[in-house]
Amino acid sequence: MSDGKTIELQEYKSEIKPTWCPGCGDFAVLSGLQKALQVLQIEPWNIVIVSGIGCSSNIPHFLSSYGFHSIHGRAVPVASGIKLANSDLTVIAAGGDGDGYGIGVGHFIHAMRRNLDITYIVMDNQIYGLTTGQASPTSEKGMVTKSTPEGVIENPVNPLTLALASGATYIARGFSGDAKGLGDLFARGIKHKGFSLIDVLSPCVTYNKINTYDWFRQRVYSLEKEGHNPSDYLAAVARADEWPNLDQKRDRIGLGVFYERNDIPTYEDLEPALKKGPLVRQPLGLANPEELLEEFR
Amino acid sequence: MSQKELVFRIGGAAGDGSASTAESLAKVCTRSGLYVFTYTSYQSVIRGGHSWVQVRAAEEPVLSQGERPQVLICLNQPTADIHAPQVRENGAIIYDSDTIKLDGLRLAEGVRKIGFPLGRLAREFSNNALMKNTVALGAAVRLFDMDLAVVESAFATVWGDKKREIVDANVKAAAAGYKYVEENGGSLNLGLRHSGKARLLITGNQAIALGALAAGCKFLAQYPMTPASSIMHWMADHAPKHGVVVKQVEDELAAINMAIGAGFAGVRSMTATSGGGFSLMVEGIGQGGMVEAPVVAVLAQRAGPSTGLPTKTEQGDLNLALGAGQGDWPRAILAPRNTDECFRLTAEAFNLAEVYQTPVIVMSDLYLSEGYRTVEGFDFNVPIIRGLLAADGGTAKDKYLRYKITESGVSPRALPGQPGFQFDAGTDEHDEKGELISDVLAGIPEWVEIRKQMMDKRMRKLDGLRRDTKGPELWGPEKADITLISWGSTQGPLREAILDLQEADGLPVNSLEYAYLFPFHADETTAALKRAKRTMSVEGNFTGQFSRLLTAETGIRPDHFFGKYDGEPFYPSEIAAKVREVLG
Ligand SMILES: Cc1ncc(C[n+]2csc(CCOP(=O)(O)OP(=O)(O)O)c2C)c(N)n1
Ligand code: SF4
Ligand SMILES: [Mg+2]
Repeated sequence: MSDGKTIELQEYKSEIKPTWCPGCGDFAVLSGLQKALQVLQIEPWNIVIVSGIGCSSNIPHFLSSYGFHSIHGRAVPVASGIKLANSDLTVIAAGGDGDGYGIGVGHFIHAMRRNLDITYIVMDNQIYGLTTGQASPTSEKGMVTKSTPEGVIENPVNPLTLALASGATYIARGFSGDAKGLGDLFARGIKHKGFSLIDVLSPCVTYNKINTYDWFRQRVYSLEKEGHNPSDYLAAVARADEWPNLDQKRDRIGLGVFYERNDIPTYEDLEPALKKGPLVRQPLGLANPEELLEEFR
Repeated sequence: MSQKELVFRIGGAAGDGSASTAESLAKVCTRSGLYVFTYTSYQSVIRGGHSWVQVRAAEEPVLSQGERPQVLICLNQPTADIHAPQVRENGAIIYDSDTIKLDGLRLAEGVRKIGFPLGRLAREFSNNALMKNTVALGAAVRLFDMDLAVVESAFATVWGDKKREIVDANVKAAAAGYKYVEENGGSLNLGLRHSGKARLLITGNQAIALGALAAGCKFLAQYPMTPASSIMHWMADHAPKHGVVVKQVEDELAAINMAIGAGFAGVRSMTATSGGGFSLMVEGIGQGGMVEAPVVAVLAQRAGPSTGLPTKTEQGDLNLALGAGQGDWPRAILAPRNTDECFRLTAEAFNLAEVYQTPVIVMSDLYLSEGYRTVEGFDFNVPIIRGLLAADGGTAKDKYLRYKITESGVSPRALPGQPGFQFDAGTDEHDEKGELISDVLAGIPEWVEIRKQMMDKRMRKLDGLRRDTKGPELWGPEKADITLISWGSTQGPLREAILDLQEADGLPVNSLEYAYLFPFHADETTAALKRAKRTMSVEGNFTGQFSRLLTAETGIRPDHFFGKYDGEPFYPSEIAAKVREVLG
C-alpha cells in the first residue's frame, strides 16, 4: 500500500453479501480472488472487475474495487477499453461460460490474439444459471436441460484448446472445490503480463446435477504433480484435450497452469500511443493544430 | 445559381482512377482560390462497374454538387454514352480518340469534342496506365484557365518530395494535355476570377476526426463500414503522433463496448459506423445511458434497409438512433448540416457526453461524410468541459454516491484509480451507490420508489441537454410562401433551391434547419412554425422520420413531405420543382 501498510483481506470485501445459492461454486472464486489480490497487495482503487450478465457476473459487487457490471457477453471488450484507457489499472474480467464462450466468444478469441494485459476468470458451470438452467456452450453432449429435453446434441466448446489456438499467454484451470489452488492460479494470472484465462470449474448446485463437486473430485488431478511443463505448447494442447468424453475414454481433468509464456509483448507494449504512458494521463487537445491543416490546402 | 461556376465530371470503371484525378482537380481549384464541392457516385465494386465524380467550384461558397457539367472526361465508352448528352451548351468532352467514340450521341449546342490519343501521349511519360488521366486533367485545366504551376504544386503535395520522378512525369503529362487544348480552341472562357487564397478542402469525415482530436479524443474503436471508414483511416494516420489509440476491432459490439469502457475509465472516446454497425451497437449504447458513461458514436448513414446501397446516401437511420437501446435513457443526437459543423458538433458532442455522462450520437451521411467541401478554417479554441468529477465535486469520500440523485440528474463521476471512490457501474437498475436493486430488492415498495427516482434522475439530463443545445435555425426571408423543414446535410441543396426560387421565380421561401435533433426543441419549433404560411419537410428517407418526430413533439404536422430514397443526393432543381408543384 502507498503508506506502507499491509492491506488486509477484509479490505477487499464489500458490504454487499453474495446472493448466490448456498453451495454455489462462485463463492470459492470470490474468496480466491480476494485472497489473490491481497497476496499481490494491489490497492482496491487500482483494480477494476468487469463482468457480463449471469449469476457469476454479480461478482464485482462483492469486492471493494471499482466494478463494471456490463451487459451479457461484453465483459471482455469493456475490460479492454478500460485497460487501453488506463494501463496502470489491474483489469480483471469475470463471468460465466455462457457469457464468455457463448454470446461473447468472438471477443474472447480476439482479446487473446491481442494479448492485452488483462485477466479473464470464467466461472464455468456448464449451464446457464441465471436464466434457470438451459444448455451452455460447455454443457456435455447428452445433458438434459430445460432447452434440451432430449439431451444436448452439440459438442461442447473446449475453452482451453480454444485459448491455446488463439494466442492467450497464460492458460489455467481451477476448481471451486480447491479454494487454495484458485487463489494461486489467480495471483499468477494477474501477475502475468499478457492475456490470462482461468477457466474455473464452478458447480451450479441448483441446475447442473451432473457436473457436481463429487463428479469433479473423481476426475481432477494436478498438472504440476504430473510434471507438466507450462512452457511446452504441444504438451499443453495434449493436456487441454483431455476431458471426460463419452466417445473417447479420456476421463480425467487436469488442474493448474496449462500454458504460460512471458516473453511475448503485450498489446500495450506495442501500441505506439501508449509509449508516453496511460491515455488518461495525456494532455487533451492539440498542441499544434495548424500543422494538421496543411494536407487540406 | 446564376453565379459563375465551373462544373467538371469524370467517369470510368472502378479502378480507372476517376476519384484521384477529380481530387487533383479539386485541389487545383482550391489553390486557385475557388470554393469547391465534390460528389462521388460509386458502386460497391473494386474493379469495373461505373463510377463518376463531379467537382463544382465557384468564387462564392458552393452549396451543392451542381447539375450538368461543362467539362466531362470520359475514361471509357459507357461514360461517354451515359454522361456526354448531359454536358452543357458550349461545354467540352475530353476523351481518348483511340478508344472512345462520340458518334451518334446527342450533344448540346456547341459542345467541343476534344478527342486526342490520351493513352499514346501518356506512354511518353510513364508506363502507368493511369497517366492518361493526367493528360486529360491538363486539358481540363486549360479549359478552365487555371495555371499549370498550381497543378505542379498540387501534385507535389499529393506525392510528396520523396516521389519526385512521379511528380515530374505527371507534370509533363498534364502539360501535354494543356498544350493540346491551347492549340485546339483554348479556354472555355468561364470568366472565373482566380486568386492565390487557398482555403481548406476537406471531407466531412476528416472534419469529424479533426473535431474529435481538437476535443481531446484519445480512443477510437471502429469496425470498417462505408461511409464511416475514412474516420478510422484518417485517425489511424494521425493517431501515434497525437497519442490516440485507434483500434480496428472484431465487430461493432466490441467497438461500442470498448469505447464505453474507455469513457468510463476517463478518456474521451469515440466509435463510428454506419446503420448496419449501429444496429449491432444498440444494446451497448443503451448500457452507456444506464451506467452513465460518456461516449461519442458517429452514425454515418448510407441507404438501407439492411446492407442496402452501401455506396449511396440516405437519411434513413434517425428512428434507429432515436430508438437505440431498450427502455428510456437520455441521449443527444446531433446532425451536422455541413462540413464546418462536422468539426464543431463533433467537438461539442464530447463536451455534452462528459457533462451529461451519457452517449451522444453524431449523425452524418455518405453525402456529407465523403464529399470534399471548402471550409474557411477551423477554430481550434475548442472548450474542453469535462463535467462534474468526484474529485472536485466536494463529495465526502466515505459516503461517495456515484449515482447521487441530483436536480440536474448529473452525479459526480469518479474515475478508476481514484482512492476511496470505488463504486460499481451496473447495467441492472441500481441505487445511488451503484448497487443492484434488480435481484432481491425489486418490487419491494421502498425500492419500487427508488427505481422510479433513478429513472427520473437519469431522464432529467434531457432538460440540461436541451438547454445546452440550440433550437432550429430559420434561414431565408422572414416572410415566405413556404417554409422547408430539413435536418443535417440537406442544408446545402435546400438553400441553393431557395436562392434559385427567389432569383428565377421571385418566390420567397425559407427553411427551418435542425442540427440538434434530440432532445427536441419543441417550443422554438412551435414558435417558428406558427409564423409559417405553409410547410414542407424535405428528408432523405421514405417515411419522413424527422417529420414524425416533429409531429410527436409538437402536434404539428408539416403540410407536405418530400422524401428521397433513391440513393442519390438532393439536387437543388428537384427541391425547387417540388416547391413550385406544391405552391401550384
Ligand atoms: C443479450 C442478452 N441475451 C440474453 C440475456 C439473458 N441471460 C442472462 S444471463 C444468461 C446466461 C447466463 O449464463 P452464464 O453466462 O453461464 O452465467 P451463470 O448464470 O451460469 O453464472 C442469459 C442468457 C441477456 N441478459 N442479454
Ligand atoms: S443458480 Fe447455480 S450458478 Fe446461479 S447462484 Fe445458484 S448455484 Fe450458483
Ligand atoms: Mg454458466
